[in-house]
Amino acid sequence: MHDFTPIPALIGGAIIGLAASLLLLTHGKVAGISGLYGSLLRQGTSDRAFRLWFIAGLAAMGMLVRLTWPAAFASAWSASLPVTLLAGLIVGFGTQLGNGCTSGHGVCGLSRLSVRSLVATLTFMGTGFATVFVVRHLLGGAR
Amino acid sequence: MKRNAAAFGAGALFAVGLALSGMTRPSKVVGFLDLAGDWDASLAFVMMGAIAVHFVAYRVVLRRPAPLFDVRFHLPTRKDIDLRLVLGAALFGVGWGLGGYCPGPGLVSAAAGSLGALVFVVGMTAGMLIEQAVARALPRRE
Repeated sequence: MHDFTPIPALIGGAIIGLAASLLLLTHGKVAGISGLYGSLLRQGTSDRAFRLWFIAGLAAMGMLVRLTWPAAFASAWSASLPVTLLAGLIVGFGTQLGNGCTSGHGVCGLSRLSVRSLVATLTFMGTGFATVFVVRHLLGGAR
Repeated sequence: MKRNAAAFGAGALFAVGLALSGMTRPSKVVGFLDLAGDWDASLAFVMMGAIAVHFVAYRVVLRRPAPLFDVRFHLPTRKDIDLRLVLGAALFGVGWGLGGYCPGPGLVSAAAGSLGALVFVVGMTAGMLIEQAVARALPRRE
């Protein structure tokens, strides 16, 4: 494990938990990113303002981090752009169908001891592990 | 005003956590998902940190009768495990493993100008719109 960084991971995770708690305290909502973003794409979603502002905060901080600490986006590996586009399509479709992603099911759902979120989290972790195994070890690191 | 500032602040704080934890680096994500390779366990610590804080804070916050800027909490109430949940989560995992981005880090990195993340978000947005169109065309049987 040449790139093992447990301390920043733990602190970053705690900040994610804190951000989710802040949204719960102020708006009473689950901080599920795919849900907040996906419902902005839908007609007739109520309460659009807070969703827009949350996503705007996410984006603004992304720009600020890029300016102050570009290494946060440095990646020793990246998928090719066609594979990345396909990955995005599948993630978008899957998170809408399954009502959540790493944040909504993984962080918020598990913290609420939701059985649906536990099933979802085990499922997406399982297919995530399986996908990387197939791509890296069976297809020989295809990009 | 305060409402929107709070949502903006929560989003910004969320992005700080994602960046610090390594979630905005696809190689960290795929390193974690690569059990058979040079496994990087870091992302398990992200989940531990996030759940440790939110597990406690969730219980503290829910002692209030209502959130600060709303008359009630809006929490998921469904308990059923259906095919949509499992199939959707299964697909999400496949896309996560292929690209190394989940929705939050994808949006943060796209805003930061990463080309891969921009392409990912274009795909993700299209995938969401397709699912929503399919859901409208095929009303759920209850």
